[in-house]
Amino acid sequence: MSMNTQGRPTGTGTASAAATGSSLLPNEPLLFEIGDTEHSGVDLPDVAVSGDFLGGFERKSPLSLAGLTEPEAMRHYVRLSRLNYSIDSGMYPLGSCTMKHNPRLNEKMARLPGFADIHPLQPVSTVKGALELMSELAHWLMTLTNTAAVCLTPKAGAHGEMAGMMAIRAAHQATRQNHRNVVLVPESAHGTNPATAAFLGYTVKAIPARTDGTVDVEAVKAALGSDIAAIMLTNPNTCGLFEPDIIDIAKAVHDAGAYFYCDGANFNAIMGVVRPGDLGIDAMHINLHKTFSTPHGGGGPGAGPVVLSEALAPFAPVPFVRDGELVEHPEGTHLGRVTAFNGQMGMYVRALTYMLSHGGDGLAQAAKDAVLNANYVKARLGDVFSVPFAEAGFCMHEALFDDSFLEGSGVTTLDFAKALIDEGYHPMTMYFPLVVHGAMLIEPTESESRQTLDHFCETMLDLAADAKAGNAERFTAAPTRAPRRRLDETRAARQPKLKWEAPQPLPQAAE
Amino acid sequence: MRYLPHSAAERAEMLAVIGAKSAEELFGAVPRHALLTRPVDLPAHSPEFLVEARMRAMAARNRAGADGPFFVGAGAYRHHVPATVDHLIQRSEWLTAYTPYQPEVSQGTLQMLFEFQTQVAHLTGMDVANASMYDGSTATAEAVLMARRLTRKDRIILSGGLHPHYRDVVHTYLDNSPNLVSLPASPEGQGDILDRIDDDTAAIVIQTPDFFGHLRDVKRAADAIHAKGGLLIVVVTEVVSLGLLEAPGALGADIVVCEGQSIGNALNFGGPYVGLMATRKEFIRQMPGRLCGETVDADGNRGFVLTLSTREQHIRREKATSNICTNSGLCALAFSIHMSLLGEAGLTRLARLNHSRAAALAKALRAVPGVELLNKTFFNEMTIRLPIPAAPVIEILAEADVLAGVPVSRLIPDDPAVDNLIVLAATELTTDADIDMLATCLNAAIGGAA
Repeated sequence: MSMNTQGRPTGTGTASAAATGSSLLPNEPLLFEIGDTEHSGVDLPDVAVSGDFLGGFERKSPLSLAGLTEPEAMRHYVRLSRLNYSIDSGMYPLGSCTMKHNPRLNEKMARLPGFADIHPLQPVSTVKGALELMSELAHWLMTLTNTAAVCLTPKAGAHGEMAGMMAIRAAHQATRQNHRNVVLVPESAHGTNPATAAFLGYTVKAIPARTDGTVDVEAVKAALGSDIAAIMLTNPNTCGLFEPDIIDIAKAVHDAGAYFYCDGANFNAIMGVVRPGDLGIDAMHINLHKTFSTPHGGGGPGAGPVVLSEALAPFAPVPFVRDGELVEHPEGTHLGRVTAFNGQMGMYVRALTYMLSHGGDGLAQAAKDAVLNANYVKARLGDVFSVPFAEAGFCMHEALFDDSFLEGSGVTTLDFAKALIDEGYHPMTMYFPLVVHGAMLIEPTESESRQTLDHFCETMLDLAADAKAGNAERFTAAPTRAPRRRLDETRAARQPKLKWEAPQPLPQAAE
Repeated sequence: MRYLPHSAAERAEMLAVIGAKSAEELFGAVPRHALLTRPVDLPAHSPEFLVEARMRAMAARNRAGADGPFFVGAGAYRHHVPATVDHLIQRSEWLTAYTPYQPEVSQGTLQMLFEFQTQVAHLTGMDVANASMYDGSTATAEAVLMARRLTRKDRIILSGGLHPHYRDVVHTYLDNSPNLVSLPASPEGQGDILDRIDDDTAAIVIQTPDFFGHLRDVKRAADAIHAKGGLLIVVVTEVVSLGLLEAPGALGADIVVCEGQSIGNALNFGGPYVGLMATRKEFIRQMPGRLCGETVDADGNRGFVLTLSTREQHIRREKATSNICTNSGLCALAFSIHMSLLGEAGLTRLARLNHSRAAALAKALRAVPGVELLNKTFFNEMTIRLPIPAAPVIEILAEADVLAGVPVSRLIPDDPAVDNLIVLAATELTTDADIDMLATCLNAAIGGAA
C-alpha cells in the first residue's frame, strides 16, 4: 500500500518546490509526501503471531504511518532543523524566557546509562544513585531559596504553579479555611498565574500596578480579606523590576491569613544573591529549563520544581526523597501525585550538572551578569527607545520598552520585531507584560558577550532610526530573509488544518 | 567560569556605560537585609572533569536496564531507540530552539509538530491530536477535565484497570471530588465499569492494555457510555500496542491519551516523557495544549503556525482550557523521528515482536510451579500470582541481578488481595536467556521461601 496516491511529488502543488530544490533552500516536503507505508529505517524480524492472547482485538483499521529509511530520515530532519532559529546560532532576547546557553556536559551526563536507562519502578535498592541525585538537587534548590521543602516532580513551570497552589489549598482546608476562594494576581502576571488559579477553582482578582511598574502594597492591603487564599506575584516582576515592597506585601498577606505564591520564572536575576525565603514567600516554582539551563527543545520538556515554606512543607505532593528513602505514598497531610513516577529525572541531571559546574559563587556571578547585561542594553538603547517606569532606576535581568518611540512611524512593535528577524536576531518578547503599551521585553541573559550585546544594540538603534526616518516598509514587509514571510494566522484558525490529509486520488486512466 | 563571557575589565566598562559604580548598585531595589552579604553555603564552581566524575559516581550506584534481565514495565517500557534519533534531537536547531511562537524562524519545529499530530491521529484512529502533553498521567487528568467541559456533567468513573499512578494524578487534579468514582483494582480483568454508568456520568476512563496487561473491550465501553450521553476516554500506556491492536478511535473512543515514551524516549527514571492526546474534530476547542496548523505565508508558500490559541493561557488567562504552556517538544520530536523510521511496516513488526516475546515469557512463567498467570489476553505485559508475597521475591531476584517486574503492592499498598502479584513486561529487547534466567530464579525464590 502506498502513502501517496500520486507518488512522490515532482512538479505541481505547494510541496513541489520543496522536493526539487537545493538542500539550502528553506523548503522540505512533509514526511507523508516522501515516505510511504512500506519503507522503514528499522530492521526487525517479521514474526508471525497467533491470535491466542489477543481476544479478537487485532487492528483492522489502517495505520497509514509513513516510513523513511535511515538516510532519508536523516536528511528530512536535518533539513527541517535548518528552518529553526536556536540559541546555539544566535542571541535570543526573549524576555521572561531566560534563553541562556545550554552546556553540552549536561546532555552527556543525562545520557549516562545509570541515569537514562533506569526505570522509575525498578527496586529502590537498585537506584540509590538516582535518589542521591534527587536529594542533592533538592538541597541546592532549598539552599538557594532558603525554604524548608521542595516538590521536584512538576513537569513544567505551570505544573509547578499548580502543585504549589494545591499545597496552599490543602493548607487552608486543613485549617478549615475553605471559604478562601479568591486569589490575587497583578495585571502584569504571566498568563499561567490566573490560569492556574482558575484551574483550581479560585476566582481571580486583579491587582493594578503602580505607575512605576511595581505592585501597589496599599492596593494589596485593600484587597486582602477573609476570602483571600493567596497572592501570586512574580519577583523580579515581569516589568523587569524587583518589587521593593515585597517584604511588606508578604507580611500583609500573612497577617490576613493568606499565602504568598511567588512565580519563580525570573529567578535567574537573583540566584545566589537574594533568597526568596528571606522575603517571606511560601511557595515558588523554579523553571529548570530557564534558570538552570536545561534546553527548551522547541517547547519542552521543562521541569518546574516548587519550593515550599515551613508552613506548606507538610502538604508537599509525593513522591519525594526523605533521608535517602523514596516516599511514594502520601502520609499525613501530604498531597497525592501530580504526575506518574518521579518527575523529570533527565532535567534533574542536567540542572544539577549545571549547578555543580557553576558552584554557588558562579550562580551568583551569572545572576549579576544577567542583570548587568540587561542594564547595559537598557543604557545603550534608553536614549532612543522609550523606557516606561524610568523612575524605577536600574532594571533586573530584563529591559522593558514601550512603543511610544514608534509613534507616527506607521511601525508597530510586531513590525519592529519581525524586522529584527531580517537582521539575524530572534524577536524580543512582544506585547507582554500587558500593563505596557506595545511592550518590548528584552532578556539578554548572562550568556551574551559584550561584543554580541553591542552588535544587537547597534542593530536595534539602526532599526529605530530607520523607523523614525519613515522607512516603514522595511518593517511592515518583514521578514523577507527568513525561511517564511509572515504567516496567515487568521486562515489557520478559521479553517483549521491540523494534520496531513491524503490528496484526492487521481481519476483512474481507462485501460 | 567557563559559561560566562565577561572579563573583569569588561564588567567594569559596562558598569561605566550604565552609570553604576558596582554590580551591587544594580540591586539597589532589593531591601538591604535581604541582599546576601556572603556567598550561599554551596560548593564553589568546578571544572568539567570533576563535575563529570561526581555525576558518574552517582550514576554508577544505579543498575541500568542493559546490565541484566529486565522485565519492569507498568507504564514505562524499555525499548530500543535507533541511534539516529538521539543524534538528531541533539542538533542545536532542535535542542536549543524556543517554543515556536515566531513562526517565520520556527518552521522546522512547526512542521515536525504537524507531522507528529498526524502520526498520533493515525495511530489512535482519531481526527485530531495536539502537539503533546507532559506525559500520559497528566494527559489523562486533562482529558477528564475536558470531558467535564464538553458534557457539562461532573461524574467521572475510573476503571479498576487504570494505572494506579494515573488514578492518583486524576484524584489530585480533581481534589478528590465526590463525583470521581475510582473502581477497585481489577487484577483479573474483572469489575464491570459499565454497570456504574448513569445519566450524570461525564466520562468513563478505561485503559487498554490495562495496568495488569489485559486487553479491554473498547467498543462495548463506547456503546455503553454513549447510550447515556457521556464520553469514553481511552488510556494507552504502551503505545507500541497500537501497531497490533485496533485503534481506539475505530472502536468509538472520544478522547485517547497515551504515554508516548515507548517510541523514541529512554526510561529516564520516569521523565521526561511525552503525553499524546487525540480527539474528535468537534471537540477541538475544548482540547488543552498547543495545536499546530497549516497555512500560507505572504508569498503563498505553505507554512505552519500554532493555532486556535484562544484556548490557551497566554491569551485567555483565567478563561483558558488549561494552564499548560511548556509541554514535551523534544520528546515529541524523538517520538516522531522514531515513528518515521519505523513507518507502518516497522511499527507492525515491532508490535508483533513484542507480543511474541511476551507469549514466550507467559509460557515460561506458567511452567514455574506455584506461579499463576492471570491473563487470558495481553499485548506485552502480564500479571502473575505467586504463592507468597511478591515484594520480597522481587528484592531477592534483584540481588541476582534480575529485575523481575513490579510488585503490585508497591503501587497499591493497602490491598492484601494484590500482595502476591507481579506485573511483568517483555519487549523486543527480552531474550530467551533473560526469560530462562527469570524462570530459574523465580523457581528458586518461591521454592526457597515456601
